[in-house]
Amino acid sequence: MNEALRVLLLQDYNTRLVVIGTAMLGGAAGLAGTFLMLRKRALLGDAVAHATLPGVVLTFILLALTGGNPRSLPWLLGGAAVFGTLGMLTVVLIRRWSRLKDDTALGIVLSVFFGFGVCLLSIASRLEGVNAAGLSSFIYGKTASMLMIDAVLIGGVALTIVAVVAVFYKELKLLCFDQDFAASQGLPVLALDVVLMGLIVAATVIGLQSVGLILVVALLVIPPAAARCWTHRLNRMLVLSAGIGAASGLFGSALSALAANLPAGAIIVLVAASLFLLSFFVGSERGVLWRLIRRWRLEREVGMQHLLRAVWELAEKEAGPGRIGEGAVGKERLMQVRSWSGKSLDRLVRRAVREDFLTDTPAGLRLTNRGERNAARHVRNHRLWELFLIRHADTAPSRVDRGADLIEHVLDEDLVAELEAELSANGSQVPVPASPHKVVPT
Amino acid sequence: MSESPLPLRVTDLTVAYQRRPVLWDIDLEIPGGTLTAVIGPNGAGKSTLIKAVLELIPRTSGRVEFFGQPLASARHRVAYVPQRESVDWDFPVTALDVVTMGLYRQVGWFRRVGARQRATATEALAKVGMDSYAHRQISQLSGGQQQRVFLARALAQDAELYLMDEPFAGVDVKTEQAIVAILKELREAGRTVIVVHHDLHTVRSYFDRVALLNMRIIAAGPVGEVFNDENLQRTYGGRLTLLSDAVEAMASRR
Repeated sequence: MNEALRVLLLQDYNTRLVVIGTAMLGGAAGLAGTFLMLRKRALLGDAVAHATLPGVVLTFILLALTGGNPRSLPWLLGGAAVFGTLGMLTVVLIRRWSRLKDDTALGIVLSVFFGFGVCLLSIASRLEGVNAAGLSSFIYGKTASMLMIDAVLIGGVALTIVAVVAVFYKELKLLCFDQDFAASQGLPVLALDVVLMGLIVAATVIGLQSVGLILVVALLVIPPAAARCWTHRLNRMLVLSAGIGAASGLFGSALSALAANLPAGAIIVLVAASLFLLSFFVGSERGVLWRLIRRWRLEREVGMQHLLRAVWELAEKEAGPGRIGEGAVGKERLMQVRSWSGKSLDRLVRRAVREDFLTDTPAGLRLTNRGERNAARHVRNHRLWELFLIRHADTAPSRVDRGADLIEHVLDEDLVAELEAELSANGSQVPVPASPHKVVPT
Repeated sequence: MSESPLPLRVTDLTVAYQRRPVLWDIDLEIPGGTLTAVIGPNGAGKSTLIKAVLELIPRTSGRVEFFGQPLASARHRVAYVPQRESVDWDFPVTALDVVTMGLYRQVGWFRRVGARQRATATEALAKVGMDSYAHRQISQLSGGQQQRVFLARALAQDAELYLMDEPFAGVDVKTEQAIVAILKELREAGRTVIVVHHDLHTVRSYFDRVALLNMRIIAAGPVGEVFNDENLQRTYGGRLTLLSDAVEAMASRR
């Protein structure tokens, strides 16, 4: 427990370095990843990450052979950046000069570069006098060995990414949304793409050491995907994505410091994934939970409208057009007019009685005052819409919730009056009883 | 008019994918203050023409002049309305954001969009009847409303020449009328508009000039002079369904 406290309060010097470093990494990757996702190139990050391996190992070998320090992180990451860029250019070239699609090009580059890296790795491990064991930590990530200079390097690159995004915010936004329009405005589309890809390479490379090249794509993709669930605005999405990325890095590396046997990269990714799951279910704009609740409510409401309308129209059959008299309607007759099951109808009726729309009398179901008002409004609205759709099918506004939206709210007064006149001409006009208290329009 | 250079002059334009030409020796002159429809069958190269003119795709040969200058020096006088389907409408921006994009050039590098640009953009949205939707996320708009947002983005640029790619495709009647009204207003104001169009029935009522395109320019000029049976036959050739469309269009004007 004492140990946990020490880690969480960042009392330990090395833990503090690691946690702050990975949090900055997560934030920067979240920013760059947002644009990558919106440019619909999320997997390019994965290809870049895998392509860095030969760069890292080759640099290691060269440093060892020339008598340098083969563990110097700046050099290794420099090599990684060179090969990451090479990998990306290869994808672009394959796409441009062959007729292969993006996914194929990505698959080729990812596997070939990685394979090359694995070969180099086995060469490096046979070199005399150097220990190449640490190199494999670039594959799965390892935070424990972070030094001050490493943290400064990661932090510096992360801050550069933030600065570049801030400077080119509106241009990158336009590039991702509408490339042709951007070009027609004279924006250098190619150069902007290079800037964006540079951001991706930078974010990937600084993630190699702590998260590892296999998993670093998660930090580019998951935070923006989670952020998208909470907002429809790009500026907020960027802030959220950076925040989610930073939180993943922070908690992930803190957790892995607590349990030394767990690889940091995997923990960071799992933390990010749980934040994504949370966003996926309860995100304010796209949360699945809210959508299910909305649908459930809508179904209930529509079911009730159908019931009231059916009762009203059956009563109208007895009493004559536009009136319902005192008529009670039996359940058997209701069963015939719609395709509801006996059980669901019973449930619906019980709810209608509870909400004071219907009374269940021995003679059958009868609308209460409140129920009649409601039913008449729905019937009228339904008939007006029906007539409108027949008469003006070509101009019908799309995306109208015809059950819930009163026709007056969507169409203009003159048109509604015209439709009303037509309804009364063929005797199916519905007078809506005045409400005893003020009704707030739905 | 004869003194000032033409808004658009295309000379000898050829565009080819691999070795297969899509546009062949296009010569086109668009006089100022006119509404021109570019019509032709599917795959005739209508959108390609607009894109090649705007240097969005490489041209194999040919010269294009805007107001007597190359595009680079006339960009601020030219506005482009791409096809609605060309972008992802799920993108996390509002209608106002999209319209503001038309002003990024004016804002310039390293600067943020200011209150003045937002006011201009709101004004442009009002012109297409969409100001009350300014803060809606664009996926919540209907197809017609999205098209009007695109149009507003071009209007915000306050250009002199407008190039529109299928603005009438898949829109509701209200939007179609709104667009037509805007086109006429632009012409009244002396602006020039070129529209890729697919509905032969409305060519006569919406436009005053027409360019019939099928890889080559079959005919171009005032609607009254070149929009006739013979030219439509030559443009739509053996494509029966389209030909019957054309015949119907001819019949409906008699």
